[in-house]
Amino acid sequence: MGIDWNAYNSAPFYDELISTPGNARKHARAIVSYLHKLKSEEIGARKHAAEVAITTMGITFTVYSDAGNIDRDWPFDIIPRVIAAKEWAVAEQGLVQRLQALNMFIDDIYNDQKILKDKVVPKDLITKSKNFRKACVGMKPVGGIWAHICGTDLVRDGDGQFYVLEDNLRVPSGVSYMLENRAVTKRVFPELFEDLTILPISDYPTQLFDTLAAISPRPLDYPEVVVLTPGVYNSAYFEHAYLAQRMGAELVEGSDLVVEDDHVFMRTISGLSKVDVIYRRIDDLFLDPEVFFKDSALGVPGLMRAWLKGNVALANAPGAGVADDKVLYTYVPAIIKYYLDQEPIIENVPSFICSDEKQKQHVLANLDKLVVKPANESGGYGMLMGPQATKKQRNEFAELIKADPRNYIAQPLLSLSTAPVLVGDHAEPRHVDLRPFILQSGQGSYVTAGGLTRVALVKGSYIVNSSQGGGSKDTWIVSEDG
Amino acid sequence: MLSRVAERLYWLARHMERAENTARLVNVYSNLLLDLPKGSKVGWETLIHITGGDQVFEETFKNKDETNVSSFLIAQKSNMGSILNSLIMARENARTTREIIPAEAWELINDLYLYARSNAAKSSGRSSRQVFLKRVINSSFQLTGLLSGCMSHNHAYDFVVMGRNLERADMTSRIIDVGVASLMNHAKNTIDIIPYENSLWMNVLRSLNGYQMYRQHVQDRVNGEDVVDFLLLEPSFPRTVLHCLNRLVEAAGQLPNNENSLRTVAATQRKVRDSKFSELLDTNTQHDFIDQIQLEFAAIHNEIASTWFLKPVELQQQTQTNAA
Repeated sequence: MGIDWNAYNSAPFYDELISTPGNARKHARAIVSYLHKLKSEEIGARKHAAEVAITTMGITFTVYSDAGNIDRDWPFDIIPRVIAAKEWAVAEQGLVQRLQALNMFIDDIYNDQKILKDKVVPKDLITKSKNFRKACVGMKPVGGIWAHICGTDLVRDGDGQFYVLEDNLRVPSGVSYMLENRAVTKRVFPELFEDLTILPISDYPTQLFDTLAAISPRPLDYPEVVVLTPGVYNSAYFEHAYLAQRMGAELVEGSDLVVEDDHVFMRTISGLSKVDVIYRRIDDLFLDPEVFFKDSALGVPGLMRAWLKGNVALANAPGAGVADDKVLYTYVPAIIKYYLDQEPIIENVPSFICSDEKQKQHVLANLDKLVVKPANESGGYGMLMGPQATKKQRNEFAELIKADPRNYIAQPLLSLSTAPVLVGDHAEPRHVDLRPFILQSGQGSYVTAGGLTRVALVKGSYIVNSSQGGGSKDTWIVSEDG
Repeated sequence: MLSRVAERLYWLARHMERAENTARLVNVYSNLLLDLPKGSKVGWETLIHITGGDQVFEETFKNKDETNVSSFLIAQKSNMGSILNSLIMARENARTTREIIPAEAWELINDLYLYARSNAAKSSGRSSRQVFLKRVINSSFQLTGLLSGCMSHNHAYDFVVMGRNLERADMTSRIIDVGVASLMNHAKNTIDIIPYENSLWMNVLRSLNGYQMYRQHVQDRVNGEDVVDFLLLEPSFPRTVLHCLNRLVEAAGQLPNNENSLRTVAATQRKVRDSKFSELLDTNTQHDFIDQIQLEFAAIHNEIASTWFLKPVELQQQTQTNAA
């Protein structure tokens, strides 16, 4: 016998696959009954096959540690997370709506600043933002789009509803793992793909290339698109190489590029060759030592000049991060309303802004119930998980908030939904989130069918980041009830 | 294509070929010593000498016996040319050119690396060694076939071909040296090695998969002069020095700005072609000749590097980047 779903109980949390012990949600019936019928040795064999596939395919991520950087195999759970196509269609619209509004916002911020003049977003918030780049003021990127590639984190609360947890508009990562998870799952459960209609995700690299090609300053069918990586020691290097490979683009490091006469060239075996579009996976501040960090060796001197003159396209545009600040996040519903005159299709998680005196007092009084996040960190660093923190940690955080209220927001601890993961020969509920990827150019938008499901492999944990004990799952958008 | 990528592909091929040929070297020696009489002074130290590892070896080991020498050549961390290190570097270069080579090529190299990492240290004993070396040689064959059959024969491929053939020419010359060096010692021997010369050269040929092809080519019985002439000069056999140089010319011929590189290779071709190896007076001058052409190979490498790879200034920037 395979997995005994009667013994699986996720209560009090909403589970993605199982509604009540023993009962699958409608769209998850096929996989649930399949795993029930599969012999337990067979399940073990499939799990092993997945591990072998990950090792051989060299799907790794890098962990920075005192003992040096370690390349680890990607932690993966073989049970897919399944979402109904109908529900996903709505989420997709919500994601496109959100990114459209954010792009209009960024363009406004670096040009007319209407939204500030209309006092929908406080001016302070922008001028004091660490991600506002003065150097970008007045810039008009092709199509008015600044964030071409966005990774938006979605979570479900106890009510089963999707909420936006955060937007990643700078250099969101994870899409290669989404694609590789699918490749591994196809190797492991080929029979399920025959019987079910699972929406394919494999066209992402093509869509990405088209998005990048659409912003080329030279109107060519095949502009020179490159992926700029900080190098092999970066934790996301695997992904940079993967995307370059799948797009047929050159993977370059800063030292491969040079700016002459405000145009960007790469050093090739036949001399210098012009570059049109740079999909950069380097943070703003390392892009150009002439403008930002002077001792950055990762970037290219003169790159900003070339970009500001419109001779090269950068994706995402420098300065786009001004819209993924966690404080600004709380204004996104208002931003959607302001530019699109629409209600947000996917709601925000209710949040408290510490720069507001009244809300700050509420946060300080309720630290044991709240999650506090700094405005600019990513990867789950620098957070306070109030309910799980010690009194000492809470007191320390209270001081941090008082010293720099602008830098913090707080949210109630969500009852993140769970999905079954394989533990030994049975399944146990673990918390998950979802990062879909949204592409936008002047010519249209694209949303991945599903996204990267991250799972906190540690029992009871809410932290899904791979650097902190998280793993991932394949995500299926199933178009038929089954 | 990017200069940096060209360089990494070239080294990917060189390291892979080096791993394969080091495996061949160890193999030929294992067989050779079985055929020679006890007491003949043909020892394992010759291998250390031929691969240029004397100093590093002495830092770690005392006895130049079979176990030490083979584990030095297979798994020793401090020996940059050990099979394991070659595979680590081949893999690192493959990892950083994943977007260029076919995905299956990366999987193959990664798989071989994972195998070597867990087995190299256990493979200095005679029987496990055979299995290990065979796997390395076969995987290298597989990679060559995979790239030849599944990768566009574009500039990227030309750099692979150049790296592989320069390394192969170099190693073939070293393997010839195994034969020469063994005979060099014979004067000091108490036992006359000359009766075994024939079997020595047969082993040299076998290590390069060349015995059969040699027999088809040279009707006479196996003898040193003919074997060396064959391994240096026969253009049709793919492991001979001249064949490798010809392949280098073909590949470099496809690339831009190739004048200096072609000129350097041509000079080496001439030198090899004009050599009357068999007429060289004694094994000492023969050994010197091998040393000379190895210097020529180094010159070819330098020419390739200065024409197509990142320049030293750019490289310096590169190092800083990596350190950041």
